[in-house]
Amino acid sequence: MQKDIRRLSFILLFAPFALWILLLIILPHMGMVILSLREKVAPRVYEFSFANYIDFMQEPIYWNTLLRTGSMSLLVTALALLIGFPIAYYIAKIAGKRSKGALFLLCLIPLWVSDLIRAFGWILLLRETGVVSSTLQWSGLASEPVEFLYNDATVVMGLVYTVILFMIVPLVSTMDGMDDAMIEAGYNLGGNGPTVLRRIIIPYAMPGIVSGCIVVFMLTAGSYLTPILLGGKNSSWFTEQIYEQFISRYNWESGAAFGFLLLFFTSFVVWLGLKLSGQTLSSTVAKS
Amino acid sequence: MAQRRNPAFLFGYRLYVAAFFLFLAAPLVAAGTFAFNDSLFPALPWQGFTLDWFFNDTEPKLGMFHDRRLLRGLYYSFVIATMVSLLSVFVGTCNAFLFVRVQFPYKNFFYILMVLPLVIPGVILGISILVLASTVANGVEETFNYEIEFLRPGISLVVLGQFSFITTITSLVITARLRKFDETMEEAAFNLGASRARVLRTVTLPFLWPAMFAAGIVAFLVSFENFNTTLFLVGSEAPLTITMFDRMVKVGSTPVLNAVSFFLMVGSAALALLSILVQRDKTAT
Repeated sequence: MQKDIRRLSFILLFAPFALWILLLIILPHMGMVILSLREKVAPRVYEFSFANYIDFMQEPIYWNTLLRTGSMSLLVTALALLIGFPIAYYIAKIAGKRSKGALFLLCLIPLWVSDLIRAFGWILLLRETGVVSSTLQWSGLASEPVEFLYNDATVVMGLVYTVILFMIVPLVSTMDGMDDAMIEAGYNLGGNGPTVLRRIIIPYAMPGIVSGCIVVFMLTAGSYLTPILLGGKNSSWFTEQIYEQFISRYNWESGAAFGFLLLFFTSFVVWLGLKLSGQTLSSTVAKS
Repeated sequence: MAQRRNPAFLFGYRLYVAAFFLFLAAPLVAAGTFAFNDSLFPALPWQGFTLDWFFNDTEPKLGMFHDRRLLRGLYYSFVIATMVSLLSVFVGTCNAFLFVRVQFPYKNFFYILMVLPLVIPGVILGISILVLASTVANGVEETFNYEIEFLRPGISLVVLGQFSFITTITSLVITARLRKFDETMEEAAFNLGASRARVLRTVTLPFLWPAMFAAGIVAFLVSFENFNTTLFLVGSEAPLTITMFDRMVKVGSTPVLNAVSFFLMVGSAALALLSILVQRDKTAT
């Protein structure tokens, strides 16, 4: 009797989980991979082949875009870590009790504002007739309108802006748990600032760093809005290629292949990062 | 580190933090402020304060509350976000009980599966669900000559797409709360003769309720602002973000988009604050 109840409640709890993961994650991804392995040989006739992947390899624009997306995403991740780490440390360890909560809240609010609005804000600031350009002209630093949009530097800046909070928030929550006495001990044992940072603070913050980097990298590589809006129609971002194959060309087979390649590529980078840092997915992102 | 820093270093550090928050605020302030500029373009010079971009009912300065398309987008976003939060809180709560209370084989593996949707790029979630839904719908149409409406791009597909990864977020929030639950409280209730359902209703769920509510708000906000997944699943009933994006790219921006941005910012801030308050109150008692 008792055993039956337990079994029943397990089934009832497991069913929603299984349906969700199976129907919305596993089957769709398998479907995508299968679709990517089909080649249209005649109208409504398909054959199993690697043609879509071969096309990808033979067209330098495609794989250049993927490599470009990947390397720029890594750059954005590194910048977000470099810029965000001191901020997170300040919030977690230096700020007083009251200002700590306020600063953390200030960090959370932009998180709830859509990417679209944030990118829109940057457009208003940076375009030729935008606020920065007008201010520069008004102050006499520039004699004519300056266009800041549609270059790589702006895209990187915009992406760092969009994702940096996903770096800061896990870092703050990890470093919050660190005992100040550990830092104190480091100094008492004769360490200076950089040594304490390198041997105590960074190792302690490692799960936060890795989890922040994974989320930031995935968000950047998979982002669509910021590169398009700040980089213009020719920003050469990989998600844009996927969109074009799917919506503009209606070539779903090759779009599915592109999607799988992006997934494979980003998962590979994340896997590599986890191996190199000696962390696991369940010890970082999944930690709750 | 703080204890040993010299004042000049600390001053520089503070300056850096201040500059960072300025950077954080700049585009939001820009997006919000021009909503009140009495001009046809969201740009300087400042032409004076106006509320026309919210309430005016005639072209060319059609305010957001009279702009049919924007209002329709807002309505669809609202419907989608409500359905996504209800669904994802329900499944998230089941997941929390499953992973905190029940022992079963390969639990760790399933836990990683549960977290996985969070690290799959949204675009890929979108296209994979689109592909599967279309395949199924086409298959059914060819064999049975019956059109399954809800598997075609539209609100239902957008809900499914957003639900697929937002459930991970709600699950993590609710799981964290359930882990803190003191199980002796349930045992005490059992000892006092309560039934299983009654314990769940009077002891466990009241404890979990703030987390469920907060998770629901988070789900609502994430759904409302989602773009990447929605982009591929959207049919003719476009939610607000898509409507705004279309207008930004095709028509060019007028301050009415600033008005919508301002409206959304205030709305998200209020909801986020509400979720923080709900969680804080209950943990104190």
